[in-house]
Amino acid sequence: MSAKKTTKTAQELIDFESWTSEEIPNGAVCEDAGNSALYITGGWRSEMPLWTKDNCKDCMLCWVHCPDSSILVADGKMTGIDYDHCKGCGVCVIECKFEALEMVSESSDEARATAAAYEQEKGA
Amino acid sequence: MPDITVLAATGNLMVSEALRQAEPDVIAAYPITPQTAVVEEYSKYVADGRVHTEYVNVESEHSSLSACIGASAAGARVATATSSQGLALMWEELHIASGMRLPIVMANANRAISAPINIHGDHSDVMGARDSGWVIMFAETAQEAYDNTLISFRIAEHPDVQLPVMTTLDGFITTHAMERCEILDDEVVKAYVGERTPINPLINGDKPVSHGMFASLGNSYFKVKKAERAAIDASHPIIKQVGDEWANICKRPFDYVDAYECDDADFIIVVLGSAAGNVRAVARDLRAQGIKAGVLRIRVYRPFPAAEVLEALKGAKAVGIFDRSDAFGAQYGPVGLDVRTALYDLPARIPTRNYIYGLGGADITIQTIKDAFDELQQLAAGSIDEGLCYLGVR
Repeated sequence: MSAKKTTKTAQELIDFESWTSEEIPNGAVCEDAGNSALYITGGWRSEMPLWTKDNCKDCMLCWVHCPDSSILVADGKMTGIDYDHCKGCGVCVIECKFEALEMVSESSDEARATAAAYEQEKGA
Repeated sequence: MPDITVLAATGNLMVSEALRQAEPDVIAAYPITPQTAVVEEYSKYVADGRVHTEYVNVESEHSSLSACIGASAAGARVATATSSQGLALMWEELHIASGMRLPIVMANANRAISAPINIHGDHSDVMGARDSGWVIMFAETAQEAYDNTLISFRIAEHPDVQLPVMTTLDGFITTHAMERCEILDDEVVKAYVGERTPINPLINGDKPVSHGMFASLGNSYFKVKKAERAAIDASHPIIKQVGDEWANICKRPFDYVDAYECDDADFIIVVLGSAAGNVRAVARDLRAQGIKAGVLRIRVYRPFPAAEVLEALKGAKAVGIFDRSDAFGAQYGPVGLDVRTALYDLPARIPTRNYIYGLGGADITIQTIKDAFDELQQLAAGSIDEGLCYLGVR
């Protein structure tokens, strides 16, 4: 089977607006299955979930219900929230039985501080 | 010259035989008059172990083409067949098959569309699918239905095309009437059609891909559609190339159009499908009386062979365009619109009349065709006007 592997970099994949019609694979087939992780959708949020680690029982109800796989888990324990892909739907907050998650406005001071810390940690 | 089997066969049987020889991996089909015999015969081949095809029984045509789309995306050679209301029920899948660039081959028994309900032959069904991104061919005879079906696999699966192809034959007149036909040996046909080499199959553990993408952001949908237009335009020379290849094997001619006595013709009738024989018979009689009549039968309808149509019509004094369906509310029937658009590229205008004929299987008689040729002479003389008219009906 002919398998033309795309040579596009992650940034070029994100910048699909710059592609020409000739560059798009036949039938808009995605030749790098799973590359939607490269597409940052966190900017769609108007509200942000905040996690209070001390209240969390690692019950995983939020992880089960999150439609964007944005509850980060390692070794059976919640480790944080993927703010690059969380769209702020609030399902995790509804599901949480332990007041470990709450929704706040993206324009609130807490949200800004959380976002700044998240970016800083990503950069580190 | 390869060995041939000569037999008396209907168009439906000839399509089944072509499919048997191309041996798709998957056929998902639903029976509908007058196509039923195609899939009935094929299911017998499967039951008798003559083919390895996975035959999927489905509950509707919406499901049949959906199953074909999945199988084709997976990498299989896929075919199906339908007619009329069945084709209409496939409407959303028609566009998905072409948009996803899946080389599905589908035979269509051309039939009227309800209402009122009518099971007989006209082109109302296929003309509703004419702009859905499929390559479309019209067979005149059962033999040509066989040839077109085999050629369809080569067009569809060509690496530079990758588009679905509809191979059509007129309901009852071609699907059910029996003719003397020729079938080439299986080995010869299999060598011609080859095997499908899928470009991005879903079933490929070494290179996982996603099909059926979302393309609503920005103008990515727009780009994919631009590429689709480029693909169907690019299929034009490839159709001739693979058609000629088959013609060399079977010793029957292949071309986009079948131009009969058009070179010096004053009056030409443009026609698709089974009615062409009668129109040629009338043209021959008129020639015997000294009237320069010609017939242009369009065999490959999409992509529309505008240059070839223009070449055949450019010397005519008047052209009659036969349409076995109407495009209600448009200025002309579908073939009328296409041919008149092509003629616009000529420096001098050729007057035309667009004749809607034979709807719902109504007979197209020798006398009505003569009447049309008579009118073309009056049209050329300026004694009647251009326009659309219904032929052979009060």
